[in-house]
Amino acid sequence: MSALVEIRDLWIEGRSDETWSPIINGASLTLNKGEVLGLIGESGAGKSTLGLAAMGFTRDGVRISKGSVMFDGIDLITASAAKKRDLLGKRIAYVAQSAAASFNPAHKLIDQHTEGPVQHGVMSRSESVQDGIELYRRLRLPNPEEIGFRYPHQVSGGQLQRAMTAMAMSCRPDLIIFDEPTTALDVTTQIEVLASIRDIVEQFDTAAIYITHDLAVVAQMADRIKVLLKGDEVEEADTRTMLAQPKEEYTKSLWAVRAFERPQKPAVHTGATPVVSVQNVSAAYGKIQVLHDVSFDIHEGRTVAVVGESGSGKSTTARCITGLLPPTSGLIEFDGQPLPANYKSRNKDQLRQAQMIYQMADTALNPRTTIGNIIGRPVQFYMGLTGKQRRRRVEELLEEIELPAAQYYDRLPSELSGGQKQRIGIARALAAEPKFIICDEVTSALDQLVAEGILKLLARLQDDLKLSYMFITHDLATVKAIADEVVVMKEGKVVEQGPKHDMFVPPHHPYTDLLLSSVPEMDPDWLTNLLNERGVDNIGDAAVDKMS
Amino acid sequence: MHSVIRIILQRLALGLLTLFVVSVVIFTAVNMLPGDFAQAILGQGATPEAVDAIRKDLGLDQPPVTRYFQWLGGALQGDLGNSFAQANFASFVGADSGVRTTVAQQIAPRFANTMFLAAVTACIAVPVSLVLGILAALFRNSVFDRATNVTTLTSISSPEFFLAYVLILFLAVLNPMLPSLSNIFEGMSFGERLEKTLLPALTLTLVVTAHMMRMTRAAIINLLASPYIEMARLKGLSPMRVIVKHALPNALAPIINVIALNLAYLITGVVVVEVVFVYPGIGQLFVDSVKIRDIPVVQACCLIFAAAYILLNLLADILSILSNPRLRHPK
Amino acid sequence: MSTLLTLALILVAVAAGGWVLRFAGQKASGNAPTFRDMPFAVAFGYVFGASLLIFSIWYFFQPTQTDAGVPNAGVVFFRWAVQFFIVSAIAAFLFRALGRTVGTKGSRKLFRQMPLTASFGVLVVILYAFTAVFAAWLAPHGQEEIFTKVNVLPGGNAATGGDPLHPLGTDQIGRDLLSRLIYGAQNTVGIAFVTTCLAFFLGGSLGFLAATLQGWLDQILSRAVDVLMAIPSLIFALLLMTIASAWAGSERWLLTVYMIIIIAVIDSTRVFRLARAVGLNIVVMDYIEAAKLRGEGLGYLIFKEILPNATAPLLAEFGLRFCFVFLTIASLSFLGVGIQPPLADWGTMVRDSAQFINFAAFSPLTAALPLLAAGAIALLTVGVNFVVDWMLHRSSGLKE
Repeated sequence: MSALVEIRDLWIEGRSDETWSPIINGASLTLNKGEVLGLIGESGAGKSTLGLAAMGFTRDGVRISKGSVMFDGIDLITASAAKKRDLLGKRIAYVAQSAAASFNPAHKLIDQHTEGPVQHGVMSRSESVQDGIELYRRLRLPNPEEIGFRYPHQVSGGQLQRAMTAMAMSCRPDLIIFDEPTTALDVTTQIEVLASIRDIVEQFDTAAIYITHDLAVVAQMADRIKVLLKGDEVEEADTRTMLAQPKEEYTKSLWAVRAFERPQKPAVHTGATPVVSVQNVSAAYGKIQVLHDVSFDIHEGRTVAVVGESGSGKSTTARCITGLLPPTSGLIEFDGQPLPANYKSRNKDQLRQAQMIYQMADTALNPRTTIGNIIGRPVQFYMGLTGKQRRRRVEELLEEIELPAAQYYDRLPSELSGGQKQRIGIARALAAEPKFIICDEVTSALDQLVAEGILKLLARLQDDLKLSYMFITHDLATVKAIADEVVVMKEGKVVEQGPKHDMFVPPHHPYTDLLLSSVPEMDPDWLTNLLNERGVDNIGDAAVDKMS
Repeated sequence: MHSVIRIILQRLALGLLTLFVVSVVIFTAVNMLPGDFAQAILGQGATPEAVDAIRKDLGLDQPPVTRYFQWLGGALQGDLGNSFAQANFASFVGADSGVRTTVAQQIAPRFANTMFLAAVTACIAVPVSLVLGILAALFRNSVFDRATNVTTLTSISSPEFFLAYVLILFLAVLNPMLPSLSNIFEGMSFGERLEKTLLPALTLTLVVTAHMMRMTRAAIINLLASPYIEMARLKGLSPMRVIVKHALPNALAPIINVIALNLAYLITGVVVVEVVFVYPGIGQLFVDSVKIRDIPVVQACCLIFAAAYILLNLLADILSILSNPRLRHPK
Repeated sequence: MSTLLTLALILVAVAAGGWVLRFAGQKASGNAPTFRDMPFAVAFGYVFGASLLIFSIWYFFQPTQTDAGVPNAGVVFFRWAVQFFIVSAIAAFLFRALGRTVGTKGSRKLFRQMPLTASFGVLVVILYAFTAVFAAWLAPHGQEEIFTKVNVLPGGNAATGGDPLHPLGTDQIGRDLLSRLIYGAQNTVGIAFVTTCLAFFLGGSLGFLAATLQGWLDQILSRAVDVLMAIPSLIFALLLMTIASAWAGSERWLLTVYMIIIIAVIDSTRVFRLARAVGLNIVVMDYIEAAKLRGEGLGYLIFKEILPNATAPLLAEFGLRFCFVFLTIASLSFLGVGIQPPLADWGTMVRDSAQFINFAAFSPLTAALPLLAAGAIALLTVGVNFVVDWMLHRSSGLKE
């Protein structure tokens, strides 16, 4: 078996502020024909850069400083621009993370599909159209004859991702680079995209590099896995070995993240007054009804996880509780007292008691305000502390979230990492000394290790301060880790609710079941088994549709 | 297709409404003049009878709302009233020459001249700026790109009369290739007309091309960071095809807008250039009327300028709606 | 026709040159990537640029006078232009070098990243500000002072109709032109600056208010601005100036005040649009939501949360608006309805001396007079635009 791609001691640099800083430090990899290699790492590990370099391509502001990239005996670094253009699309293809952004909005899918084969002289346009329809069929797209004649915005995300895979296949390349193809998708949609990508790669015996940060996903797709950390290679092994016996500390820590789980708390007294009680709340944006009769309670010192896919109404529920979106009907009680529907009519104490932590720490912190002032403002505003007292309280809070006060007090948010910013967001919420905090997807923008740190911090704070959390998330692993009770939402309705241990043990509501079974597991046979269980025609969108 | 038609009809209605409100604004502004027109025309020494006569003749004795609708109704039929130019009212002070120039008579030939100037400029500027803009985007950050950046920035920032005099200096005075005065009159052959129009047209071209070119370049470069452009490059397409086939169709809306904006500028903002070259266009007439406070002419010119401006923006709006595949092909 | 033919021939020659260059390069360098991957357009560009450079150097060294003693005006002007270009490039370079060595750490870093055009712009702005503030000390005479000698030619040489007392000559009623040029900086730049500040105060505060409060106030203000913006600004300014001139009557200073107000109001519509758009982008941020939910008042939201994040785009817009206002005022003055005499002003100076341009062939110095005043206007706007262009480039680069 001869190597298709051979990367030797590759160094890549990126430009920032007039200087070149390293992105990849001497990576090497070998990929044989028909083999699938999984590249995993956290953000900033350089996996996309390395994937693109395997195509002989670098983004603007990035350059290869040393090393060689050989594709089937052709040196891609010294090859002429014309020679590279001849290979790209024809023998090496690319599937991008966001299909919605990577399809040109101005052209029909099929026109973009046929462009490669026609420009490379592989097929005539009419042949390529026929071939495209055939590929759509094999990828199990609905209406394969017709779907290609739509514009990208007329097709859903999961379908677009499969159409993009078809486009990558259009010239029958020897190698496809998949760059996080399912990251932007909901879990139920992810399944069918994964299944169809895996099938088609097998059918055409195409070699692939599969880039992702999700271990469970890569376990389904790859023959071999390579782990990257900040541009350095950590280790490489075939999938089963890697999952069973990781060698390096870093890899082990990645694997261990999924093990964090809080012990189950005893059941709440019947008759205890909940901290927050959402009672029959319905809400609408304009004329569009988005919440239907939502009810649940959150008790002191407890975490209620609200789970659902995008558009299920999780965040809207939070907006109703905070008073940003007054409900059309229903009531929200705090400590047994009804809260005014609009936040403008709530008093300072009511506002103080319920705080919020946001998903994107970048937009949640004012970029022009120092950390000291971000945390200091609520301290001053609610507690009336000024001057030295204020500073001391802010320093206490910084210690609370495990950041050295002296070092961070005068910094701006842009000088912090994503995880640190999220901690500042937590400190700002704590500064108000609330009873109740809404956590809106607080870990979904973070790498797994950092996210775990945040979850542990939140858990500790809850125990220390008797806080109640409403934890909005789409990630069931997070639910497992931190929730006491779970509320499953779909299309603005509560589908099922109850204590966590009940939720993870059958029998379930069918939607909960679908949601649960769609979460990839670290077992390499998981996808195969699942497909056998459900049958090919009963996955993802199709399954969701059948249910409703 | 229904939604597109509905949006376009909405825009059309909005455009007409804007035009209507603008006409009210112009009318009100003019009516804020101190005293009244009659007094203003005749000066302090006029007899009360003469003033009354003019007032009656102009309909100034009627309430403002009536006058507004009379003016608007007239304007819609092409009757913009009589010019205040002194001769018109000679009759009231005893010396009637019998000839009255209506505003429409004054404006019509000049409007045609201005349109001719704008058309000549557009014919040069639009293709040149599109080609230069695409080239600058293609060879971005090269010496060529930087040189055009500095040149266009300079020509945008300079006042039109500076560019005009520099052009006169080099193309008319030092190397007498083109006439520096654009005395155009009726019955001229097309060639002669073109020759006389060329220097003002070149001045305008400098300003307009620079602006359009920069916007074209910016619109395209803005898109070059999009994932679908990277995708196109990763399909192995040539750089030219990437720009023309993948970037340009999506940059159409901003480019159409900037072209319309500049065409509007050509019709409305030519005032200074027309004055420099003594070009007998509507801009020159406008400035002259402003100086002698010939209110009906000022009012009419203003309305024409505003109408041209609104219509061109409306056209751009509609074209960019049509160029958007999301609106053309709803879900 | 022959001109067109010559141009076409030159283009063909350059195109051929480009092809030869690429071919020769490929052969000579053994098909190195530089020449192998060179598009034809690039080769064409190189040859074109090189020919232009050679022609410029050749033209620069042509004699300034013909044998008969008649000035070769084209060469004279070309030399002035080239000399001006070189001097300003050197000045900008030295200024940047200075900025890199003195000042705070932050300002030094700023100068290190600065392109030459931007440092030129900053230098021009500083020079103009200096001239405007110290005009009374810099100018040899007062701006309204009338001398007995009228229509003295520039050059200061008595043999050619000049006067050493008046290096740039005097105008038709005997005022010293150099002094008026210097005072022009004070009047034109000063008035434009005041107008822009007023426009920013008006448009900026209303824009942020509309963005923060939204609802009916936003609707009313936005629709009103839409209507005002539907009338081309110079035309609208001229219309209102007609009315203002009737109001002002013979009080000419009052007309200048009216002009400031009129242009400020017209221009504030553009500022309103920008401030509102920038404000709306910030208002959707989560930190604003957090502040609202904390119970903060309107003043805190605007001044502490929104404004600090809007300074960069607003500052850039201030530069652009200033240029626009400055050019509008200059144009109005040029058309005779702007800044009123006896105040010295560049736009009026251009109009008054415009006919001198026809003397270029005999006396290049005389013809330079209108260009000097117009150039003074152009130089400032070019300078400001260079700075703004760099600022915008920098802020867009930071986002990536």
